[in-house]
Amino acid sequence: MALTEDNKQRRPTRAPFSNHVWPILKTALLTLGSIAVTLIGLVFITFVIGRVMPIDPVLAIVGERASQATYDEVYFQLGLDKPVIVQFLYYLWDVVHLDFGISLLNARPVSEDIARVFPATLELATLGIFFGVVLGIPLGVLAAVHKGSWIDQIARVVALVGYSMPIFWLGLMGLLVFYGILGWVGGPGRVGIFYIDVVPSVTGLILVDTALAGNWDAFKNAFSHIILPASLLGYFSLAYISRMTRSFMLEQLSAEYITTARVKGMSEWNVVWKHAFKNIRVQLITVIALSYANLLEGSVLTEIIFSWPGIGSYITTALLSADMNAVLGGTVVVGLIFILLNIFSDLLYRVFDPRAK
Amino acid sequence: MADTQTLRQWLLTETPTSRRHAKLSAIYQGWLSFRSNTMAMIGLVILLLLLFVAIAAPLIAPHDPFAQDLGNRLAPLGTDGHIFGTDSLGRDILSRLIYGARITLYIVALVALIAPIAGLLMGTIAGYVGGWTDTVLMRITDIFLAFPRLVLALAFVAALGAGIENAVLAISLTAWPPYARIARAETLTIRSSDYISAIKLQGAGPLRIITKHIWPLCISSLIVRVTLDMAGIILAAAGLGFLGLGAQPPSPEWGAMISEGRRFILDHWWVATVPGLAIFTVSLAFNLLGDGLRDILDPKASE
Amino acid sequence: METLLDVENLWVKFPSRHGVFDAVRGVSFTLGRERLGIVGESGSGKSMTGRAILRLIRPPGIVEADQISLEGVDLMKLPEKDMRSVRGQRISMVMQDPKFSLNPVMTIGDQIIEAYRLHTTATKTQAYEKSLEMLEAVSIRDPERVMRAYPHEMSGGMGQRIMIAMMLIPNPEILIADEPTSALDVSVQRQVLDIMDKLVKDRGMGLIFISHDLNLVADFCDRVLIMYAGRIVEVCDADKLHEAQHPYTRGLLNSLPRLDQPRDRLDVLKRDPDWSIAPSVSARL
Repeated sequence: MALTEDNKQRRPTRAPFSNHVWPILKTALLTLGSIAVTLIGLVFITFVIGRVMPIDPVLAIVGERASQATYDEVYFQLGLDKPVIVQFLYYLWDVVHLDFGISLLNARPVSEDIARVFPATLELATLGIFFGVVLGIPLGVLAAVHKGSWIDQIARVVALVGYSMPIFWLGLMGLLVFYGILGWVGGPGRVGIFYIDVVPSVTGLILVDTALAGNWDAFKNAFSHIILPASLLGYFSLAYISRMTRSFMLEQLSAEYITTARVKGMSEWNVVWKHAFKNIRVQLITVIALSYANLLEGSVLTEIIFSWPGIGSYITTALLSADMNAVLGGTVVVGLIFILLNIFSDLLYRVFDPRAK
Repeated sequence: MADTQTLRQWLLTETPTSRRHAKLSAIYQGWLSFRSNTMAMIGLVILLLLLFVAIAAPLIAPHDPFAQDLGNRLAPLGTDGHIFGTDSLGRDILSRLIYGARITLYIVALVALIAPIAGLLMGTIAGYVGGWTDTVLMRITDIFLAFPRLVLALAFVAALGAGIENAVLAISLTAWPPYARIARAETLTIRSSDYISAIKLQGAGPLRIITKHIWPLCISSLIVRVTLDMAGIILAAAGLGFLGLGAQPPSPEWGAMISEGRRFILDHWWVATVPGLAIFTVSLAFNLLGDGLRDILDPKASE
Repeated sequence: METLLDVENLWVKFPSRHGVFDAVRGVSFTLGRERLGIVGESGSGKSMTGRAILRLIRPPGIVEADQISLEGVDLMKLPEKDMRSVRGQRISMVMQDPKFSLNPVMTIGDQIIEAYRLHTTATKTQAYEKSLEMLEAVSIRDPERVMRAYPHEMSGGMGQRIMIAMMLIPNPEILIADEPTSALDVSVQRQVLDIMDKLVKDRGMGLIFISHDLNLVADFCDRVLIMYAGRIVEVCDADKLHEAQHPYTRGLLNSLPRLDQPRDRLDVLKRDPDWSIAPSVSARL
């Protein structure tokens, strides 16, 4: 609202409490409600995939040759005699308690499996996004500032190639060149065979664990294994982040307040970073969150190439052995992270943009 | 006067004489500006080439893509009669690539039909009807958008079973929400415009308004989006193929070919490298074409 | 009168696919400690002239001039680094719409303080005090509060007064005001103009007032340049505007309603292609 001299004088210094709090509360409730609906929708879709689609969950558990009695027992155990909606509520109840059932493959709870493999993915994706942000943002800013120059052309090619390259293939090529031919990096897996389980798993993040244990040989080895897949994921997020940064920056650089900054006698560096860049921070947060989420997805294929024991490998392995509980559990968890990242970037948006208050 | 005009002049006129004239003229001018975009033209040429290769596959392919020759397995690049070498069963890689173009185009074409049409339906209904329908449909769209696409496609294929058709279905199921968003946004702006009110006053029903007036206007932004998405569709299909969830062996699908060559990557690198290059080239071509089309059809978004 | 700024044969060119477009063609004028109005319709090159003086035309745009000298120093020959100390400190500019010309994510205080500290060695506290003073000078009540506020919380009139405060805080000799009131409500236009006028007069500054509004310029300025298609077609003293000779100026005057000479029908401006070919009139004194 425009604060003009006149109404400023008349307005009470502080609005009544209820007027202040109610809209905030309402927004918060609406946001929470919409998050809840999205989450329930997510669970519902996986439920439909798992239960309504033409795979018999009982057969999947007991196998083709089980007797009718065994079949019936499992049938009732799974609650399949109840109406679909009740079944869904049971399923939802379980999921809310992070109970995704038992893996058919190793007879362990799916949630335990996921907790075990997830840190590997987290570590990979986080290092990847770090590369993407640290290189992608400056590249995008430079490309926008020097629009049409050779650096803009390079940024364009980098992005185009990133958008067009099959990630699993680039991973294979990377392995071929940097591991097979040059021998600069470690091969598939998180560490070489001599370093497996040499340090206790504290965080599940192998770089952190080896550093905590002070075992620098193991750390170096783990680093040589993670660097290739992480740079690969980093490249794909770099392509996206640099492109978005460039287009946000171009929009800001043509804004009139940039002229104002120049009129003040400010150096071009400060015009770009102190004024224009400050205005795209908020949009960038959303882009980074989105590209982080995409990395989790991209890691599915990357993990397979690099035999990386993360959630991507877990889901695919489960998939190939028709372990539906594991597939759906993994899907729900990844979907959940997607949604959480969205909420997180939304919240940051509200904190950082003065106009959003 | 009209006799001395060339076709080019007729097309470039600033005073069109009929609606068709204006439309043709607009298309021609779009083509002129498209033609001056070298990168987009390269993309177009690659895709036309791909189309030709796919259609004429039996004529061009030097060998039967399924014919095994175990005596000549894993022959390197440039072997006599096998320019791109042979795979682990001695099949000619070039011939398999050529036939694989058919599968790639088949998948892309099907997804490019199903997803935008589904999205268009959802979006226009949500936008036109409004109210609760809009809320519910858009909420469903949001839920699908909240899923990571590849993971959702994986889950679908896991439930439906592996195969090209199921892969197409799974990719389409994950690809429609953005189209629904676009179509809804367009519908909302068009719905409230004056000329729609005018048509309503003339007694046009909602069905006529949607099919005759709203859909045609949504098309151009959908085309741009589809072209830009094609690359993503190809990559997703190849990814599913690579995981063994798309086309089944012995089908010469490019992603599946990479997956097969993966085992020999360190010693016989070409088996996985060549089909990867093919995927890269085609999806690059779609990206170039999409960028060019966006510049013409949607200049606002081209920055 | 002492000459602050001497512009001779200024050209602004934009190469495009269809050849070079000349936005400003050979404009010459001088500015003393006076209020110089530049009037013209949109596209006449008046804004480009203002921006070219500050060398704010970005590539691919090209600025050429025999000289743009500020108290004897040719700005065209200055390296970019020295030009930066001219901008803000010696020549400053107020733009059309404060909604766009203030950075939306920085507090007003930060933006004013920054303008001051770029050209002085003042500490933050000194700069803060000075900013408060300046905001008071442009009739902002409750300046402490405004310092903490963001631009979107301000009305247009306040925004433009803040802009003026920000541009005058380093105490420049010349202010270029590019349509400073066009985006404002009619009710606050006069107030903003008066504040600007008073500050410029008190400090003995030179003012270049760019506007499309002939009446406003005639009212507010000492001397008026009329621009058409990148050239100056006529120069006259503001109080003798009604004696203007050039058909374009006459056309503009006749297309405005006048209380003292009511007419049934206003003339429609007829353009003569010769106007844009004729050489620019020099306004150098």
